[in-house]
Amino acid sequence: MADAAHPSPRTDIIGWIRSWWSLQPVLVPFYALVLAFVVGGVLIAMIGVNPFEAYWALLRGAFGSWDRLAGSIARSVPFVGSALALAFAFRAGLFNIGAEGQLLVGGIAAAWVGTWSFMYDTPGIVAVPLVLLAGFVGGALWGGVPGVLRAKTGAHEVITTIMLNSIALFMTRWLINSKDPLVLRDPGASVPRTKAISPTARLGQLVDSDPPLTTAVFIMIALCIIVWYVLRRTTFGFETITVGTNPHAAHYAGISVERIIILAMTLAGSFAGLAAACEVAGNSYFFQPGTFAFIGFDGIAIALLARANPLAILPAAFLWGALLKGAPLMQQEADVSIDVVRIIQALVLLFVAADAIVRFIFRIKGGDEHHIATTATGWSST
Amino acid sequence: MTDYGTPMPTRLAPEITEDELGGRLRLRLGRRAVVGALFALTGIVLIVAVAPNISNTTESFAFEAPPDPLTFSFRPVTMIVVIGAIYVLTGIVSVVPRLDKVAFWCQIVSALLTIPLILTVSLALSTQSSTNVTNLLDESLLLSTPIALGAMTGLWCEHSGVINIGIEGMMLGSAGVGYMCYALLGDAETTFWLWVAIGIAMCTGALLAALHAVLCIRYQINQIVAGVVINLFALGLTGFLRSEVIVPTGFSKGRTTQAIALPLLSHIPVVGETLFTGGPLHFAMYAVVFLTWLVMFRTRWGLRVRSCGENPHAAETLGIRVIPIRYEAVILGGFIAGLAGAWFSMEAQSGFEDNMTNSAGFIALAAMIFGKWTPWGAFGGALLFGFSRALGSRLQFLGVEFGDFAIPSEFFQSLPFLITLVVVAGALGRAVAPAAEGQPYTPSK
Repeated sequence: MADAAHPSPRTDIIGWIRSWWSLQPVLVPFYALVLAFVVGGVLIAMIGVNPFEAYWALLRGAFGSWDRLAGSIARSVPFVGSALALAFAFRAGLFNIGAEGQLLVGGIAAAWVGTWSFMYDTPGIVAVPLVLLAGFVGGALWGGVPGVLRAKTGAHEVITTIMLNSIALFMTRWLINSKDPLVLRDPGASVPRTKAISPTARLGQLVDSDPPLTTAVFIMIALCIIVWYVLRRTTFGFETITVGTNPHAAHYAGISVERIIILAMTLAGSFAGLAAACEVAGNSYFFQPGTFAFIGFDGIAIALLARANPLAILPAAFLWGALLKGAPLMQQEADVSIDVVRIIQALVLLFVAADAIVRFIFRIKGGDEHHIATTATGWSST
Repeated sequence: MTDYGTPMPTRLAPEITEDELGGRLRLRLGRRAVVGALFALTGIVLIVAVAPNISNTTESFAFEAPPDPLTFSFRPVTMIVVIGAIYVLTGIVSVVPRLDKVAFWCQIVSALLTIPLILTVSLALSTQSSTNVTNLLDESLLLSTPIALGAMTGLWCEHSGVINIGIEGMMLGSAGVGYMCYALLGDAETTFWLWVAIGIAMCTGALLAALHAVLCIRYQINQIVAGVVINLFALGLTGFLRSEVIVPTGFSKGRTTQAIALPLLSHIPVVGETLFTGGPLHFAMYAVVFLTWLVMFRTRWGLRVRSCGENPHAAETLGIRVIPIRYEAVILGGFIAGLAGAWFSMEAQSGFEDNMTNSAGFIALAAMIFGKWTPWGAFGGALLFGFSRALGSRLQFLGVEFGDFAIPSEFFQSLPFLITLVVVAGALGRAVAPAAEGQPYTPSK
């Protein structure tokens, strides 16, 4: 709920201009990144490894060659979708931590449609959109359930999405494990997974990196821009943000809060589902639950790092992807556990959020403009 | 029309319009009637369809360990018909107006009767003819330990006005650091170092909570972000410590805490030995729940904590120092989360695996919301979850089959989540969180 101490619109604008003038929006995240790496470096030094050596390996692992750079970008693609799933719902005042489940359902829906027998004869121009649509719908279904429950019964989306995450995990595991009623399992494969989707339903590959960079990157960039546009420039986006800011005000203004809640959750789920479909159609070609481990979880952090701004999600997700892509080389060359990257990620998020710490250390002036972001939407709107 | 959010401090428009009031009344009547109708429908299905088709061999519930257990034998048909009749009765009572109180209790009883119903049907469908009920209860209590402890952490934080979604990270961090200390100090022969390690685990939880408190209270960052930071940080830190410290020590497995039998209670006939013998941290959980209730709702300090969560500015005018109280409450919660973490790596098993808490912290959060921010309610939520997990693995063990189709084990594994989902969506009314939750507090000058 809104705090009493909102800055007046006039000072807000002045603050915004001032902050733009002093490059603050860029400076604070940049210094936050530096600080996170310094603290991470101390940790690496503590186990007796030269932190510069480790970071050099990390850097080369992420950006060392065109292939590696492409791999970093490709690695960050699914994170965009899962972060959007959180960010969009966040704007409607909902805390969607169900991206994990929405990814799984979207992924299996895409894999299922992609292995329909007639798909093998269907040209790509039809097959690819069909697979993506299947992921979109699968995610939407799994996101819509908590939305409907929230709107109609008041069941809190934090509980329902956590439960649906686990249900999705076990459900998809059964679908691809089960042999007696053979559902989606590929009988020829040694590990439980679905059959590979039709070659015509696959996304075009741009660079043959690891993981391969596909046209999915354009889909995700477009999705971010569309979501940004919808939130900023359309009636629906305005209604969504109003409901997220103050559901009472929205209700008295004649906005159907229930409708917005259901729609926001459904759309949020569909973004995650679409990301999963891109992953199936672009990278793995079959469905395996392990592919999506932690993507939903990291999406929460990425969305918060980007302050739920759809456009800011792109660089935030890229940071995540690059760190994860570079980590194995760091482990290989400097013998530092991959988990250091997780610590650095946590620290980046910490320092970006707690910009007061960064401002204090680097003596950056100002910093009262961010009051809007400090009030968390709690569970109170149950 | 449901009510969104807590009432605004200033009422610009009437809170409840006539239209809205009508809608709400309809909804409230609707929920009871719908649940009742569902019960009636289930009852009719049970009597008409299930009972005639079920196998007619005698089954039994056992209440004691195998040699010569106390049993309760019954015919599944009788049992199902009786339960079905009670369901139908509940349905009738629920739609009759002016019987709200009666209907409420009928629905509670009917809900509880689902437990024997599920067990009966499963027994009838499986090849086994007996199942131990006391054990099932014991497993439920055991599995609800970390959930209940985590929920208490959440309660302390949220009643003081700080949202904590970092419970998961606090548990994981304390499980990892505690076990690491045990592995380093570890003298597998004595339990002294084990208890030191448990103490360290609790302190780790408190440290992580202190970090959360500093971020939320001193730096006033978004409290959900702070919680996510704690989760990420704990995940990275414990993974790092495991591969860099625990694994190199070569310490594979220590002792777990020794089971204790509660004096007197463990001598209760039939159920005492099973229910009142167990790990010390498990029993500590009961104490923590009880003390949380006692301190939070029956002492002056508890009232102060709650006032900070409801209206910090009003609390301040009464001379309560809001910020220290919030720090104290959050850090106290951290100690409790540390205890839950110690349960994972030093009581349930001896060892640490990456991400071993496996979203128990989030489930604890769910239990807390489920319990409407009360200690006993949250404990009930934890029990429900623990029970459905125990039931799931029990049914998996029984091997239930419908004709040729064996119900997959994945279904039973997802049972706790399904049951929680249904209960939360169907039976739970609106919950009201502490009003000032999530808002940073700046003292007035």
